[in-house]
Amino acid sequence: MKAITVQSEPLDIAAEQNAVRGSDAGIGALVSFVGLMRDINDGAKVYRMTLEHYAGMTEKALAVIVDEACERWPLAAVRIVHRVGEMQPTDPIVLVIVASAHRSAAFAACEFIMDYLKNRAPFWKKEYTAEGERWVEQRASDRDAEGRWINR
Amino acid sequence: MMQIIYFGRLREQLQSSGEKLEYSAKSGSVRGLLEQLCQRGEPWASALDGRATVLVAVNQEMAGAETALADGDEVAFFPPVTGG
Repeated sequence: MKAITVQSEPLDIAAEQNAVRGSDAGIGALVSFVGLMRDINDGAKVYRMTLEHYAGMTEKALAVIVDEACERWPLAAVRIVHRVGEMQPTDPIVLVIVASAHRSAAFAACEFIMDYLKNRAPFWKKEYTAEGERWVEQRASDRDAEGRWINR
Repeated sequence: MMQIIYFGRLREQLQSSGEKLEYSAKSGSVRGLLEQLCQRGEPWASALDGRATVLVAVNQEMAGAETALADGDEVAFFPPVTGG
């Protein structure tokens, strides 16, 4: 199972996990990462956020990342759900579920997918603070995180 | 014709989500297209002049300044991505 969805509806984490879990009785490990919207960023209180994306390219870019993860590790399933549009603090923004026979591959692949998504998937966040709206800047630590997978 | 698309901060700076542009050999590469757009003056020149990081995708795949362009291509310009 490889499935990618970009949606404006809220994420149903349990339903997504159950769907992956039930897709293959050979799955012994299921690792989920959920990225959440925080109410503070760069020292300012954030009230809401809008996320825009490049429809069409987003799905392709995510599919390339999933394929690369499947070449590096023996995975039974990968599921990515990413939200776009309006979001409030505490809302899940992204869900990555990776399933494999054993946990080490699932842990590593889940982290790999998030590091690559942060650098290669065309999403842009704009946040709304008391001072007004602002585009979120990419973090240097996110760029660095991608590099650590190059030689592994 | 080429379809040009702008996202995020660039879309706001240019007050445009995209435009159709006649293909010409002068804009036969991403670099050529950028030069052509910057020659329009403001706001193009400061939005695309290279001081701020501008990424480019050609036909929905990441590309670079030397990537060749052809008639009918979809070219998107955008700032560094901030998903996840």
